Amino acid sequence: MSVAVSQAPNVRVQRWTPLSVAFTGGLTGLVVLLAFAPVVLGENTQNNLIQLYFLVIMAMMWNALAGYGGLVSVGQQGFLGIGAYAAVFLSVQHSLNPYLSMLLATLIGGAIAIPVAAVVLWLRNGAFAIATWVVAEAFAILVSLDPNPAIGGGTGTSALLPFNLRYTPQQRLHYTYWAALGAVAVLLLLLFVLLRSRLGGSLQAIRDDEEAAASVGVRVLLGKGILFVVAGAGCAAAGTIILAWQLSILPLGPDSIFGINWTAKMIFMVLVGGLGTFEGPIIGAVALYVLQTYGPNGGVWYFILLGGIAIGFALLLPRGIWGTVQERFNVQLLPVGYRLRDVTTGRGTP
Amino acid sequence: MTWVNAVVHGILLGGVYALLASGLALMFGVMRIINLAHGSLALIGAYMAFLLTEHVHITTYLALAPILPGALVAGYVLQRTMLERSLRAGQLVPLLTTFGLLIVIANVLQYFFSPDVHSLDEGRIGATSWNVSSTLAIPWFDVLTLGIAVFVLGSLQLLLRYTQLGRELRATAEDADTAELVGINARAVYARATAIAVATAALAGVFYGMRSSFDPNAGAAQLLYAFEAVVIGGIGSLWGTLWGGIVLGVAQVVGAQINSEYFALSGHVVFLAVLVARSVIQSRGLRLLPRGAG
Amino acid sequence: MTALLSVDRLDVRHGLLQAVRQVSLEVVEGETLSLVGANGAGKTTLLRAIAGAHRPAGGRVRFDGRDITSLPAHRRVKLGIALVPEGRRLFPNLTVEENLRVAGGAGRSGPWSVDKVLEAFPLLEPLRRKRAASLSGGEQQATAIGRALMTNPRLLLLDEVSLGLAPVVVEGVYRSLATLIEAGATILLVEQDLSRAMSVADRVACMLEGRIVLEGNRGELTREQVTEAYFGLRAGAGA
Repeated sequence: MSVAVSQAPNVRVQRWTPLSVAFTGGLTGLVVLLAFAPVVLGENTQNNLIQLYFLVIMAMMWNALAGYGGLVSVGQQGFLGIGAYAAVFLSVQHSLNPYLSMLLATLIGGAIAIPVAAVVLWLRNGAFAIATWVVAEAFAILVSLDPNPAIGGGTGTSALLPFNLRYTPQQRLHYTYWAALGAVAVLLLLLFVLLRSRLGGSLQAIRDDEEAAASVGVRVLLGKGILFVVAGAGCAAAGTIILAWQLSILPLGPDSIFGINWTAKMIFMVLVGGLGTFEGPIIGAVALYVLQTYGPNGGVWYFILLGGIAIGFALLLPRGIWGTVQERFNVQLLPVGYRLRDVTTGRGTP
Repeated sequence: MTWVNAVVHGILLGGVYALLASGLALMFGVMRIINLAHGSLALIGAYMAFLLTEHVHITTYLALAPILPGALVAGYVLQRTMLERSLRAGQLVPLLTTFGLLIVIANVLQYFFSPDVHSLDEGRIGATSWNVSSTLAIPWFDVLTLGIAVFVLGSLQLLLRYTQLGRELRATAEDADTAELVGINARAVYARATAIAVATAALAGVFYGMRSSFDPNAGAAQLLYAFEAVVIGGIGSLWGTLWGGIVLGVAQVVGAQINSEYFALSGHVVFLAVLVARSVIQSRGLRLLPRGAG
Repeated sequence: MTALLSVDRLDVRHGLLQAVRQVSLEVVEGETLSLVGANGAGKTTLLRAIAGAHRPAGGRVRFDGRDITSLPAHRRVKLGIALVPEGRRLFPNLTVEENLRVAGGAGRSGPWSVDKVLEAFPLLEPLRRKRAASLSGGEQQATAIGRALMTNPRLLLLDEVSLGLAPVVVEGVYRSLATLIEAGATILLVEQDLSRAMSVADRVACMLEGRIVLEGNRGELTREQVTEAYFGLRAGAGA
């Protein structure tokens, strides 16, 4: 009287596949190569690439929050503005080196994210989204009311002076380029390390079932908090790069550094690229960059196209370009997750 | 005495917010959908009224006659096409699609109507006020708006409580799966909820347009205030939306009294303060109750 | 006599798991079929697939001769299939009466109404305006059955009505069921309690790991046979 027991499959857990080793190596090589761009490529290309870099940062951060943390923030533009204005303040008011100001502004962004997190992280989906938007609006209004001439109040301000005092326009371009590329590389690496660590596992658990995760000891709020602070710092960094790139910024109005349009772009990039994948935001940023460069030149049609494509993706291809590729071809270029590799057949499942 | 003035006008402003927020509260309460395009849909109502009154020469109030049924249909279609699919794709997705819709609507309106500011005519009632005292005058139009807000919220409450549709809405909101098992067509129910929500949005948009001037980008700002009203009042409570709107309105007008630039900021500060207080109370409350009680 | 319900080689997945494998069964009008089996045998999934809450991966479901495999649940209710779900699943913030009336909108004609249900379950009469969440287990079960009856079903599916209830309460529930059966109702009943299952049914079927492993009329099967099938024990089976 016995019952047949099915054979447990013989599997091994693996993180790096030959493909992902190759790709990671290739990516590092690409970064190194791109570092030579100011020497080889023209000014226009460098300008465009800087744009691409801050778009990649914004997409990565928004994806980290929404895709990995389940936190849909409609207020990351608040940190863009905080980064930009902090950098202006430090370099204009306190005459610090603008690049040093940018670095400090990034840290300030992360620091400010802590009390903001304390206020908003308790909230669920919808209330969280609205609260982040409110916080961003509040920052924008506070900045516009600031009497400090360095901040410029409602008419905005510029970082022209601190840059021009020290650098030629060409130097500003080169150094900004390297700063932007460096920021992308560092933030990519930071997210990569975080997501491969225990935090990554916790976040996946939280995403799957928050209550269950909490009941097995996952520190839910801590995990989300770390993500929120990293995203705050990352967006602040992006904000400083925008400042270095366009020099003048406004707190209010449709073109404002605190504008909801930035979130529109983040949502577009992440939806098109693939929510919750590591590679997706990069692809989405490239897609947006292509749209910006070769599509309608700003204005009404640009945003209609943006919104329309985002809606289309959300409805028809909700996993984004990379998410769909990943699902169809079972491929992963950057080894963030785990795979089960059947030792006998050699086939892997993510 | 200007403080009393401020509070009264704040309460009246709350009526505008409550009217706009009622549709939001309905959609969130029934479907857990955060419709970020709600303010934009309200704005379409205002622009439609503008078109009708300009070309057909009827009063703004009469323009409501074709606009409201049109909004009902539009809401039904919106749910069956876009929002239904979004819901199926995941909890996060409706937020994203409605945000996309917000952007598209704002820019489409800008294309057709230019960034210029427009306004709707509120008729003779707009010129009259109730002169309570030498320092306090209450415009009748604002009272009308508040009255309509109370009427809409009250009607929605009655609908939910006493009609079969209301029962179906509540049942589906609690457990869509079981609702289907007792014969309720959940998708049709959702579509009717959205239809009603969009109709209230259009109504709110028209009244907003009579009260103040509007431009294609006004949808986003008003949306934010409406959401603040819903969240302050407590998500899921229809009457809470009224109180939330009033609290917000009073905060804004009183803040503006201190400094005219503090209008929106005061609202934001009160909003965040209410959230913090609620979180603190909730976490304290959880610790007071032993696990597994109740 | 053609069967009222005919399930033909049904395959149903539950997530990544195959919960129902190639199940075929028939229920004739007026008979009561008991479906037994251990936890995880696939009984609830099968019932939900019949009711339309779960899309099958393969196979067909026929009701009164008509193929309803791709029909959504609410349409099946209109045809006359009603499920009393596992765990009751009442609408917690609706009152007892509202729970009943919300199901009454299905639009089928028949003897059942709010008053008729309260007559059949008199314990519910004083509880009409009470919130469903505040009811006891037995009261909830009665309400859940009443709610299903409000749709005037031709086929009543009952999933584990005795689960979590005190024996004396279960007694009461089964007494009401007996009245329904006497009146000629067609019932497909999932029940873990073997004695109850066998005493109330005309036919018994036993499920194990998604398949039907034993089926027969009440008189034909012994308790031992059913128990063995329940646990998947077969005399002389090897590794």
